[in-house]
Amino acid sequence: MSPIGDNDRRLEKYRRMQRIRQFETKAESMHAAGEIPGALHTYAGMEASGVGACMALRDDDYMVGTHRSHGHPIAKGSTLRPLMAELLGKVTGVCKGKGGSMHLSDFSMGSLGETSIVGSGGPVAAGAALGAKLQGLDRVALCFFGDGASSEGAIHEGMNLAAVWKLPAIFVCENNRFGMSTPTSAAVAGEHVADRAHGYGIPGVIVDGQDVDAVEEVVREAVDRARAGKGPTLIETKTYRYRDHAVNMGRDLTPRGPEHDDWVARDPIDLYRARLLADGVDSEDLDAIDSAIADEVADCLTFARDSAYPAFEEAFDHVFVDRLPIPADVAAHV
Amino acid sequence: MPRITFLEAIQQAQAEELERDPRVFMMGEDIRCNVFGTTTGFVERFGEERIRDTPISENGFIGAAGGAAMVGMRPIVDATLSSFLYPAMDQICSIIAKSRYIYGGQARLPLVIRSCMFYGNSNAAQHSDRPYSMFMNMPGLKIICPSDAADMKGLLKAAVRDDDPVLSFEDGTCWINKAEVPDDPDFMIPIGKGDIKREGTDITVIAIAGGVNVALKAAKQLQGEGISLEVIDPRTLVPLDRDLILRSVRKTGRAICVDPAHKTCSAASEIAATIVEDAFEALRAPVLRVTTPDTHLPFSPHIEKPLYPTVERIVAAARRLVGVAQPA
Repeated sequence: MSPIGDNDRRLEKYRRMQRIRQFETKAESMHAAGEIPGALHTYAGMEASGVGACMALRDDDYMVGTHRSHGHPIAKGSTLRPLMAELLGKVTGVCKGKGGSMHLSDFSMGSLGETSIVGSGGPVAAGAALGAKLQGLDRVALCFFGDGASSEGAIHEGMNLAAVWKLPAIFVCENNRFGMSTPTSAAVAGEHVADRAHGYGIPGVIVDGQDVDAVEEVVREAVDRARAGKGPTLIETKTYRYRDHAVNMGRDLTPRGPEHDDWVARDPIDLYRARLLADGVDSEDLDAIDSAIADEVADCLTFARDSAYPAFEEAFDHVFVDRLPIPADVAAHV
Repeated sequence: MPRITFLEAIQQAQAEELERDPRVFMMGEDIRCNVFGTTTGFVERFGEERIRDTPISENGFIGAAGGAAMVGMRPIVDATLSSFLYPAMDQICSIIAKSRYIYGGQARLPLVIRSCMFYGNSNAAQHSDRPYSMFMNMPGLKIICPSDAADMKGLLKAAVRDDDPVLSFEDGTCWINKAEVPDDPDFMIPIGKGDIKREGTDITVIAIAGGVNVALKAAKQLQGEGISLEVIDPRTLVPLDRDLILRSVRKTGRAICVDPAHKTCSAASEIAATIVEDAFEALRAPVLRVTTPDTHLPFSPHIEKPLYPTVERIVAAARRLVGVAQPA
C-alpha cells in the first residue's frame, strides 16, 4: 500500500485534522469569554492543507508558517499542552508566553517560526534549505504562506533564491480566498498563484486543498524532488477560511458570496471521514479518535489554566542569549 | 605586529573564521569578484558553496541568513553598502531581531551582517547612509562600528563567534588607515567594551566610527591651546559601554558627542541623554553634539564635505565648553 493509503497514516491524518478543529473550537469560545488575550486567527476549513502537507514531511524537516498559526504545529505533530498554554500567555507555553496565538511555533517539531509579518517566512525557508544543503543533510524546508502573501516581495525573493540555488524548499500557498477582507481576485494578478512558478522555472502545482490525500500526494512529490537536489516547487492549495480574519471582532469583514455554502459542504474533515468509511474504516474507530481528542483538549486546557504566568524577568530574556537586566526605574514599579 | 589596513583587517578576520569553523559561510552581491578587497582569494580557498554570490535581493538573502543561522550555520552577509539594508528592514527587524524573543528562546541566530558606510565621496544621498542609530532602536541586534584596523579585526571575529545577530557598520573613511594588528587567530575585541583612544583631562569626546579619527585630530590641535581632550571610542553601540563613558565624564565634567550620522535620534543623542541622566552632578557645562545636520547628503563635494563633523566644529565646541573665546 502506498504511504498515503496506509491505514495508520490515514487515521493519523484524520486525527490531526480533528485535533486542529477541536483545539480551535475550544480556543474560539475561550477567546470570546475573554480568557485568551490578543487576536485569534483560526484555521477552520483549511485543515487538509496543513495536515496533508506536513504528513509528507519527516519530523526533522523544517517548516515556516504564518500568523494563522494554530494549524501548522498540530499538523506537524506538536502536542496541545504547550500550544494552549501559549494562547493563555502562560510560562509553560511553547514560546513561554511571548508569542501568543499568531506565533505557535514548536522548534522541537522542526518549525522555524510562525511569523506574523505577511510573507516574511519566504527567505527564512530558503535559508533553512540552504543550511541543510551546506550541512550535507537531506532535510527540506517547507514554507506555508497565504494568497495575500503571494503579493509580498519577500515571498518572491525567497522563491527566486531557492530556484536559482536549487535549494530543497517547498512553497505552499494556502489560498483561502481572502486576504483579511480582500478577495484573492482583487489582489492577485493572473488566475492562479501557482502560475507564478513558471517565472522561476520551477514546477507550479494546483491541488484541491480540501482533500488531505491529494495535498499529501503533491507535497510528497515536491519533497522527493527537493531531496533529490532538483530544487523547489510551488504548490497552491485551493482552500477556504470559514471564520473571520480574526474571530470575535464583532463582525465578519470577509465578503462571503454564494460559494460559501459550497465550501462548507466540502468540509475537509467531513470529506475525509466519508472517504474512510467508504473504504471500510469502522465508524467506531473514528468516533474513538474524536473522543480521545476531546479528552486531549480538556487536558490541555486544565494544564494551561493551572500554569503560572511568566515572571516579569521573562520580558527581558531572549532579546539576546544573555538575559538583559531589568532597568531599576522599571523594577521599582513592578 | 604587522601593520595592515582596515580593509585588510576585514579580509583577515573573515579568512580566519572561515578557516576555523566550517559552519561559517559568506554571501552577498558580487563578493566573489572581491570589489573592495575583503574577500581576496576566498573562492579558491573556501569554494563557491561557502562564498556565494547572491541575486540583488537584500531582503531575500539577509532573511536567508536568518534561516540558515536558525538551522546551525553561522553566516556572514556582506550587504555591500549600508544603504542597501533598507530593502531588508523586514527581515532584519521582524525576523532576525525578534525570532529568538518571540519564540521564547527556541531560536538562535548567530549571524553577522556587514555593510560599509560609504559617505564623503560624492555618492549622493542614496549611497551615503550611516544608519546605525535606526537599528539601535530595535532590540535584539548587536551593533559594532569600529574606527581602526585592530578593533575592526578583533570585533568582527568576536561577532562571527557571537551567538546573537551582529550588524557591522564599517566606515569607508577608515578603509585605508593602517594600524598594528595582531595575527593571533584568536585575537578578539569583546563586543560591548569601549576604548580610550587618547587620555585627557578637560573634555570627554565620545566619537563614533570615522568620527574618532576626526576627534583625535581636533585633540592634537587643541593640545597646543592647553585644552586636553579625552577621546573615547565606544566601538560597540549595542551593547553600549556606558560605564566607560560615565567614568570619563565624571573625571572631566564636560562632554562632546561626535557622530557622522544625522543629529536627530542619533547615537550621539543617546549618549548625551545617558550622560545627562546618570552623570548630571559631574557636569560643568552642557553636553554638546557634533553631528551631520538633518539634511540629505548632496552630490557636489563642495557642499557635501562640510556637513560631516569636522576638526573645526569639534574645536569650536571644545572652546565653547571651557569658556575660551572663539577667534574672530
